[in-house]
Order: sequence, then C-alpha cells, then structure tokens
Amino acid sequence: MTNVLTIAMPKGRIFEEAVELLRQAGYKLPPEFDDNRKLIIEVPEEGLRFILAKPMDVATYVEHGVADVGIAGKDVLLEEERDVYELLDLKISSCYLAVAGLPNTKMNEVAPRVATKYPNVAEAYFREQGEQVEIIKLNGSIELAPLIGLSDRIVDIVSTGRTLKENGLVEYERIQDVTSRLIVNPVSYRIKDRKIDELVERLHEVVEVL
Amino acid sequence: MSRLFMFEKPLGMRDTLPSLYEKKHRVRTQMADTMREWGYEFIETPTLEYYETVGAASAINDAQLFKLLDKDGHTLVLRPDMTAPIARVAASKLLDDNLPVRLAYTANVFRAQQREGGRPAEFEQIGIEFINDQTVSCDAEVIALLISSLKQAGLTEFQVSIGHAEFAQDLFMQILGTNGRATSLRKFLYEKNYVGYRDQVNSFQLSTIDKQRLLKLLQLRGNGEVIGNALDIIENDKGKQAILELQELWEIIKDYGVEEHVKFDLSIVSHMSYYSGILYEVYAGNVGFPIGNGGRYSLIEKFGKKATATGFAVRVDMLLEALGGGLVEDTTNCILFSPERRKEAFELAQKRHEQGIKTVLQDINGVKDLDAFTKKFADTTYLIGGRKDD
Repeated sequence: MTNVLTIAMPKGRIFEEAVELLRQAGYKLPPEFDDNRKLIIEVPEEGLRFILAKPMDVATYVEHGVADVGIAGKDVLLEEERDVYELLDLKISSCYLAVAGLPNTKMNEVAPRVATKYPNVAEAYFREQGEQVEIIKLNGSIELAPLIGLSDRIVDIVSTGRTLKENGLVEYERIQDVTSRLIVNPVSYRIKDRKIDELVERLHEVVEVL
Repeated sequence: MSRLFMFEKPLGMRDTLPSLYEKKHRVRTQMADTMREWGYEFIETPTLEYYETVGAASAINDAQLFKLLDKDGHTLVLRPDMTAPIARVAASKLLDDNLPVRLAYTANVFRAQQREGGRPAEFEQIGIEFINDQTVSCDAEVIALLISSLKQAGLTEFQVSIGHAEFAQDLFMQILGTNGRATSLRKFLYEKNYVGYRDQVNSFQLSTIDKQRLLKLLQLRGNGEVIGNALDIIENDKGKQAILELQELWEIIKDYGVEEHVKFDLSIVSHMSYYSGILYEVYAGNVGFPIGNGGRYSLIEKFGKKATATGFAVRVDMLLEALGGGLVEDTTNCILFSPERRKEAFELAQKRHEQGIKTVLQDINGVKDLDAFTKKFADTTYLIGGRKDD
C-alpha cells in the first residue's frame, strides 16, 4: 500500500477546480473524472487513488489515515480542528467567512442567537469579540434563519455575496479569508514522504504561477 | 437521560474478548520479555492519582484528563499516562543512591471520553523509563530497545522519526530575538499549519537569509543528511548542541544496527515545554495515528529530585492494528469424558498439561450439541463408556 497515495477530494463546488489543478500539475487523470458517480476512482498509472467525500468530511478521512492526502477548505479546517498537516495553500475556491443578518438590526441583548454550519468557528469568533452567543447549528440554507426569526445573525461562507443580497441580508463583519488547502495525515507525511513531497512540489509550482 | 440498554458500556470503553485477548497477551509478552532481557524492571502504580500532583505534571492536556472526586473532596485523575506516576515513584523512592534506574510497565491509561469512534477512553500502553542518565547513549539505548521490542512483537514495517525539543526553539530565538515571536511561530509548527507558518515568517521584518533559514526548518526531514542540513542553518548555542547530540545518536544507532527504522524530523515539537531533548514518534504504514512516542524530559524535577529521564510508550491497540492479520490459531484440544472414565480422563489431561498442551476437560453430559462444541477444538479425544478398550 505504500506505493499508492489515497487522495480525498471534496465533491461539489471545489471538485472541478481541484481536478483542474492536478491536471496542470501534470497528473494524467482519466476523462471519467469529469462526470462520475463513483466514490472511489483508481488511477493506477499515476499510483493514485481518489475518494470523493463531502467537503466537510475530507479532514476526517485524512486524520484517520484512510486517505493520505486531502483537499479541504480552510473553513473546514477551522471548524473541525483535525490533527493533520496543512502543507499548501492551493489558492482555489476563494471565499470568506462572514457574519451577516438583516440590515439595521442589533443582536438580542439577553440571548443573542447565531445560526451557522460552523458552530465552533462562530463561537470562537464571538468569544474573541467579548460576546457570548447562543449557537443554532444548521446544515444548509443558513440565510433562512434571520428571515424567519430563528436567529439574529448567521455565520457562513460568502463568495460573491449574491445569495445574501437576494435574500435581503447584509454582511456585518468579515471573519477570515478561505481558500482550499492541501492537507496530509501525519503518519503518511513521514511514511510516504517521497510521493507526498513530489505532489507538494508539483502543486506548489502550479499555485505559484496563479 | 435516556434509559440504558443492558448491552451498553460507558462511552469510549471496550471489552477484550478471548480471541483478541490472546493476541494482546502474545504481543505484550513478546515486548515485555525483550524489555526484561535488557534488564528493565517492571513496576505497577495505582490507577488513581491526585489531580494536583500527577494530573498537573502529566503531558496530557487538562481537558483530556478523566477526573473524579474522593471522599475528602480532592480531585483525582485516572492516570492519563505512566510517565508521571513513575516520575513520582522515582523521585520519592528510587533515586536515593543517585544511580541510573531502568523501569518498565504495561498498564491501562485513561483519557476523557470523546464522541467520535476510534478514540478509546481506556487503552493499554507498554513502555519503559530510563531515569538518571544524561548521556546520548541512554537515549540511543531506549530507541534501540523500542525498535528491538517492536520487531520481537512481529512488526516489520515501521519508522521512528526523531527530532529535538531544543532545536526549533533555539533557531527561533536566534533569528527572532523575542519569546513572543518565537512562541507564535512555534504554535504554527505544533498545529502542523505550514501555510500559516510561512505566512508568519514572511510577515516578519527579516533578511532574506534569515527567512530562508526559518523556511528550511520545514524541510529538515529524512535520513542522516538532515543533520548536516540542520547545522547549516543553526548558529552556536543550544540549537547546535541539539544537532551534535543527534549526530552522536545517529552514530550509536548505527552501531546498534537499527538505522533502517530511523529517520530524522526536526519539525516535530511537543505541545508544552514537556520534552527537553531528543524526542520521537513511531509510525507503522497501515495505521493513521502514531503507534507510540517518547523522548527525554525533566518531569522528575516537579516531584522534587534533580534528574532527567527518557522513555517511550507504545499503544497496544494501535500496535495490534499495525500487526493486522487474523486471529491467533487456537491449538487447544479437548477430552470429552463420561463419568465412568473420569479418572482416566483426568490423568490424560494432567499428562498433557505437563507437556504444555492446552487441554479442556469436558463432561459429555454438559454439552447439548456435540458437533458444534468439538468444532471449537484442534483435536478431541473421547473417553466414553463403561469399559476401557484395550
């Protein structure tokens, strides 16, 4: 198994950009990559195996070592705090984490409520601001929460800001910029060092040009 | 709180059923025998310790300690590792004649319960502590014994990655000057966040050469050549001393003939200033987490004696995962007897026990399904009926 590198890829938005990046780095990925419902794709010519996971789960697969390497958003790394190496900023899927809400509103003074997919990030952020908030964890369509009175604020990722605008929400604070990162399992980093160093080097060259 | 089902155990707790127990027992014995052969003496310490003493001195984060209260209101911890309890015993009982002490242990240790699977709250560690010898010979002996005992347990593919606690810290101090800036960089290293580390380095007002030195630290990973590369970026002082220690260690490791399992990695740092010198982690190819770790520490000073020590601990559960493979082959055989030939059966069993053959004695009247029962054994002898057949 030391000859094959398992890479956890995030399905959805980031996937295509990540595949494009790997191709630019000279990895020959078969065309089936572009339209595939498979969860595991083997590329024996390159000594690679890809697993396709939910973006939020990529760091979990890598931490447990079932994937050696993964491509994960910084938002996921901040939220999950997994014990993995963050080796490279791939500078793709750029967006940012922000606080948003209905315009001209203040947070409830007694029990300010924040809805988010990122409970840890949100809690840490408001604590640093000297504010204790109550967190409501949602799994999607976060913008709904302030519109129907579930929360005063939301913490979510924003890429163009269009979704916020279309739903009549405004951004209050920017928390942190987010891009995708190359992450590595600590054991793989040492045991499969040659293959991983090569991957990092090849990706690094591509990323630097961007 | 929901009602518990009868099969439930507290979160993070595991049973060891007979087949797993056999494997565990075998691995434990093989490692322990090697340690004994090298002259290490086994000790036991209590499962419970005081939070204020052993709990506070331990390398394990406060949040990971399993805490309880005793009847006087003192906070207790289920021992989170064996190093701190052994430091307590050594400082109070074993160091009076100021000689080197070699101790070994196998014990279950406890960590706070976690929701996610794969993180047991109780697991077995087997390890050693070599106390009161400051030489690099001592560090090398512990690493050589680690390798030797793992091999004895049947592990073939593994790697010990060795770093030094003083190196990164001293490099940071040489270049950055202040403790605050050094700590900020060290935090990125500890969090394994190399992206953040590089950004931080680039944000400092430094010469290009100094920036290169800091960035090069991330690449100090590999075989013996790492030592030369490290010497290139460090100036005199503790950091250089650290590298010279590693150089000496490398020579001794080669004399032990175990260098194929050893690599260097100077980016390894421990989370507190817990380790004070050479430190290491053990990796096996097919397990996602380190199977063991160790290093030199000055913990014993917290218990009132001036002495340093070095030691390692291997997680038995991780080691078993690394060894993989099927179950231990069961060689037990069985004597099924009827009451009339009971004495004969007992005599036969005794003879086999004396020869070291695992033998079960079973009264045939106690078994409902003979076929299912005898299938469990490598061999079955029937001593049934009123008459001995000659």
